[in-house]
Amino acid sequence: MRSSTSCWRTEPIVYGKGLRALSLATALILTGAFAMVFFYAPLDADQGFVQKIFYVHVPLAIVALCGFVAGGICAIQYLRTRETKWDMRSYVTIHISVILAVGVLVTGSIWARASWGHWWVWDEPMLVSFLIVFLLYATYWPLRFSLEDKEKQARYAAVFAIVAGAFVPLNFTAVRMAEQYIHPETLATTTGGMPGKFALTFVICLAGMALLFVTMIKYEMASKHATFRLRSLRRKLAGDDDELTLGGRSAAPQL
Amino acid sequence: MLPALPLDEAGKYVAGAYLVFLALLLIYLAIMASKLSRIEREVVELAELVDRKAEVKAEDGAAPPPAKEPIA
Repeated sequence: MRSSTSCWRTEPIVYGKGLRALSLATALILTGAFAMVFFYAPLDADQGFVQKIFYVHVPLAIVALCGFVAGGICAIQYLRTRETKWDMRSYVTIHISVILAVGVLVTGSIWARASWGHWWVWDEPMLVSFLIVFLLYATYWPLRFSLEDKEKQARYAAVFAIVAGAFVPLNFTAVRMAEQYIHPETLATTTGGMPGKFALTFVICLAGMALLFVTMIKYEMASKHATFRLRSLRRKLAGDDDELTLGGRSAAPQL
Repeated sequence: MLPALPLDEAGKYVAGAYLVFLALLLIYLAIMASKLSRIEREVVELAELVDRKAEVKAEDGAAPPPAKEPIA
């Protein structure tokens, strides 16, 4: 049996480091961004006030999709190194991305109701493709939960994350290349890019959302790390040699 | 695409979208709060376990050593 403090020595990672500064920066930038949305960015000539939804909807979508890809990259790292911290990072990144994807679907639906008169349009490729991506990732937890062996769970989940992560940009490109789309483009239009004030507001909203994503990931990692270490310590104090077996099936990886 | 909605009608949709975002954040915050309280509970349990172990150790130290059996 290792010494009672060895678990702290072998894993010196502290996920909560810098969390306060990051949280403050996120709150500051998001507040500033939303203030710019309503007091700085001009009204859109075509859509009017409803266009303001884009400043929350599009950054959420971009960050969520990038998060799915990042989850795949972490999974590649896991398969290369077999270090459980990469499995945890992949799991948490996908977890937060799915939460943001719920926001994308709901805010997009609200915009569709205001602009198209319908909550959902089934022949709109962007909407349906995003729903497919969301539903694909919704199967990530059942997949993990179905496997009791932690090593096998991490390996299968990594393969899933890589394949699904590769599907995301392919899917996005395919939709962009489709001829019959009517979904408005944000970053580029046939008449040129966004005008200055729109673009600046959008970029700051995107930065705020990216910071929020990183902050949420760090919170989740710190929480999971602390929970695991506490349980491990409790088992050691209780005199249980099998400190890594936490009991009960779980979809979450163990650090 | 429909023509742009008037401000009073568009406002409720915009407010709705931003409220959804806020609600997501608050729900996440609530989940994190429950996780934090669980961690706190586990820390308390751990502290009790350490205290109990310390008490047992102190009692063992205070007890007289067992009498040796006579050798035949």
